[in-house]
Amino acid sequence: MALETPVIQDKLTNKFGDNVTQFNQIKDIFTFEVAPESMNDVMRFLKEDAELRFNFLTDLCGVHYPDNEKDRQFAVVYHMHNWVDNVRIRFKSFLSGDNPEIDTVTNLFLSANWQERETYDFYGIIFKGHPQLKRILNMDEMVSFPMRKEFPMEDGGRTDKDDRFFGRTTDNF
Amino acid sequence: MSDLLLPPEQRYAEMIAKRQNEDGSELSILNLGPTHPATHGIFQNILLMDGERVLDGEGTVGYIHRAFEKIAENRPFYQITPLTDRMNYCSSPINNMGWWMTLEKTLDIEVPKRVQYLRVIIMELARIADHIICNSVLGVDTGALTGFLYVFQYREKIYEIYEGICGARLTTNMGRIGGFERDWSPEVFKKIDEFLEEFPAIWQQFENLLSRNRIFMDRTIGVGPISAEKAMSYGFTGPNLRAAGIDYDVRVAKPYSSYEDFEFDVPVGQSGDTYDRFCVRNAEVWESLKIIRQALDKLPEGPFHADVPDYYLPPKEDVYNNMEALIYHFKIVMGEVPVPVTEVYHAVEGGNGELGFYLITDGSRTPYRLHFRRPCFIYYQAFNEMIKGQMLSDAIATLSSLNVIAGELDA
Repeated sequence: MALETPVIQDKLTNKFGDNVTQFNQIKDIFTFEVAPESMNDVMRFLKEDAELRFNFLTDLCGVHYPDNEKDRQFAVVYHMHNWVDNVRIRFKSFLSGDNPEIDTVTNLFLSANWQERETYDFYGIIFKGHPQLKRILNMDEMVSFPMRKEFPMEDGGRTDKDDRFFGRTTDNF
Repeated sequence: MSDLLLPPEQRYAEMIAKRQNEDGSELSILNLGPTHPATHGIFQNILLMDGERVLDGEGTVGYIHRAFEKIAENRPFYQITPLTDRMNYCSSPINNMGWWMTLEKTLDIEVPKRVQYLRVIIMELARIADHIICNSVLGVDTGALTGFLYVFQYREKIYEIYEGICGARLTTNMGRIGGFERDWSPEVFKKIDEFLEEFPAIWQQFENLLSRNRIFMDRTIGVGPISAEKAMSYGFTGPNLRAAGIDYDVRVAKPYSSYEDFEFDVPVGQSGDTYDRFCVRNAEVWESLKIIRQALDKLPEGPFHADVPDYYLPPKEDVYNNMEALIYHFKIVMGEVPVPVTEVYHAVEGGNGELGFYLITDGSRTPYRLHFRRPCFIYYQAFNEMIKGQMLSDAIATLSSLNVIAGELDA
């Protein structure tokens, strides 16, 4: 493997300092955390640097952490892949619970378009600068964000289904 | 930017009015879908048409969204496998095996060689079934029904093999953590041997019927092309990416389930048009057959599941006669299994591309977060750009050659 993880870490720390933290190898993927304000720059750097060459945005999704402190309640998770050296990385950006906002990366990867719409649709995370940030899988009239942990999976008023003995309650917590 | 937020009929209104003023001809809006037989699934495209030519399009998806990711957050791990069946239902075993492998990576389970080879066999059979559907349906959409009926018999034979392994045909729910629910019977191997004997001749005939057929070539060459750069930027993977000329294949880039033991080629195309996609899928079927033959030849003897009593259901006779087995059975069925706190991404080469599972566990019986990287969802967004300026009938051919499966698109 031509591209070693310490190289990625050094290059990112030199360029972005404290905005890129928490470097960690989890199972087979090298992971780190990026401050939301520098997300777009970090991804541009990862994509365009002559040595890093992370040329493919594999996946983009949101996560809700309602138990975290107020300014880290949402995360957007990016998986990137360097096809030349065959290295994968994953990085997260934590956002505030009240006002989750992050820059779009649609200017770097066209595939981010629908994936960001999906993340907005399910978590209500606003991608600033996205060309068409509207719901994609749910109907347009919906007002809530269903993948947030507080959103119950089933109607709490249901009486026909008693799953208590199978580890489930009607509100699913 | 703001006008993109308008509904398409309003966005197009100005273009329609302007065009009428210019030369007297009229533009029109065509609503293709959501339930149109030619879209092979439930998605809608609102197209702005100049006669039969597509000028612009806007896709609406989500008609069969079933909230799989939300359901997955509320179900123990083995209950999530039936959800994966229903994503790309043309090749369910690949989804099932991908999910089991994700769990095995999470739980650090080493799987016996025999299981890995059996998985390779079933995943390649599923890939063949997937490509049979895509390519023969492309034939149907360009006017050749014969090939479709001819090769579909063999999809049926593959389904009989599934049936022999797990009892189900379409939504298979096949396997367990660490292996299979039972060893494959001699009848299954006999069916696979029969398939390997009969299918190549049929597939050769199917190829002969279409691949140098003047009508088919005229209908597909140069239709719905995409460049390699665009395909990468749009997140294409799988046969659609390889048709554009990039040889990225998860089976080679990050071999799972012992794919490194087998000799096979990764077919690539050049222009990324419908014909190249057809040819790449055709060639991949031959490669899959090669892999299955090698796996059968080298198939090691041994157990059909890993020795992981915490996760693998004990044999039924032990459950009735043995206290320990009963306890394990109960715990597994109730989902009370030890799970580490970790994050895992695992990808397999699905029928349509890189099928990824991103799993966050918090040590409880259900995933904290499970995200499916669904290749269809990611590359379908390129469709509108690919059909701009094409004829409507070419748009249909492009759509079927992309092999967009609504179940996978919407999750």
